[in-house]
Amino acid sequence: MGFFTRKRSATSAKERLQLVLVHDRTDLTPGQLESLKDDLIKAISQYIEIDPEAVRIELEKDGREQRLVADIPLKSSSRHRAG
Amino acid sequence: MTSQVITVTSGKGGVGKTTAVANLATALAMDGKRVVCIDGDIGLRNLDVVMGLENRIVYDIVDVIEGRCKLKQAMIRDKHYQEMYLIPAAQTRDKNAVSPSDMVRICKDLRPDTDFIIIDSPAGIERGFRNAIAAADSVLVVTNPEVSAVRDADRVVGILEAEEKGNPSLIINRLNPALVKNNDMLSAEDVLDLLGIHLVGIVPEDETVIIGSNRGTPIVTDGKSRAGQAFRNIAKRLQGVDVPFMDLAPQSGLWNAIQRLAGRK
Repeated sequence: MGFFTRKRSATSAKERLQLVLVHDRTDLTPGQLESLKDDLIKAISQYIEIDPEAVRIELEKDGREQRLVADIPLKSSSRHRAG
Repeated sequence: MTSQVITVTSGKGGVGKTTAVANLATALAMDGKRVVCIDGDIGLRNLDVVMGLENRIVYDIVDVIEGRCKLKQAMIRDKHYQEMYLIPAAQTRDKNAVSPSDMVRICKDLRPDTDFIIIDSPAGIERGFRNAIAAADSVLVVTNPEVSAVRDADRVVGILEAEEKGNPSLIINRLNPALVKNNDMLSAEDVLDLLGIHLVGIVPEDETVIIGSNRGTPIVTDGKSRAGQAFRNIAKRLQGVDVPFMDLAPQSGLWNAIQRLAGRK
């Protein structure tokens, strides 16, 4: 990456801190978050068909509030069946 | 007016806690307030030298706790402000010589004759920090616009929340407006957005701070110092006065260009 195309350092400081603080505050490592995601996929799959590849689980912050946000798209076939 | 116990803390060391305590206390004394500063950093006493009172120490806070002297005897009167005192830390003891209830008791005894009690917390989140926050009515968290300081400040804020110490306020110290303008330093907005607590002041990086501590004279007494102005403003806000934030845009123009060429910037 060349000097001119590189992000200015304050931007990467902020992005890195955003990630680090979310995990510091929840005491949840990225690895634990991955296994939580796997368990969640297993549990949901018992009831409804989902695409495991498309599942997104993220910790978000709003001020000092932490939130676990899951985006779990359903497989289109299961939507047809439901409809 | 009822007395206020304010603890200044940070998590990370070296961000300017002691400087903040010395300057805020002096600014409050300049406004005619009765102030007592307590150095909570047992074993690493420093507030005395920053305030220029190191030659006057006879007794310290551990002497008070262990009954070797009366509280009044450990209160060192400031050189310039008759209503400002320092209770120094013990230098040859460790943090276990003080307990949270000792701090609560000392503050209780000081309250009737004092407007502001300002406690300088040690770095870290262990015993000394717990002692320092035990008696606090409110807490000021000092940080620098820098990754490690912000991360540690966030830990401290989390602990204060868990301890139900109320919402701490933030002092962003050593902000360099020119670096922020170049997007090579976190801005005050960035730090606030990350930490999510109330901002009480932004102190620009300023070489007069070092000159002040060299002399043992806090720079709030220097009318021309930018950092001094920032600390005076924070002291007003602690008294409930609504003071607008300083314009910290980097000074531009010919004079700055000359200074830069002369190697002063």
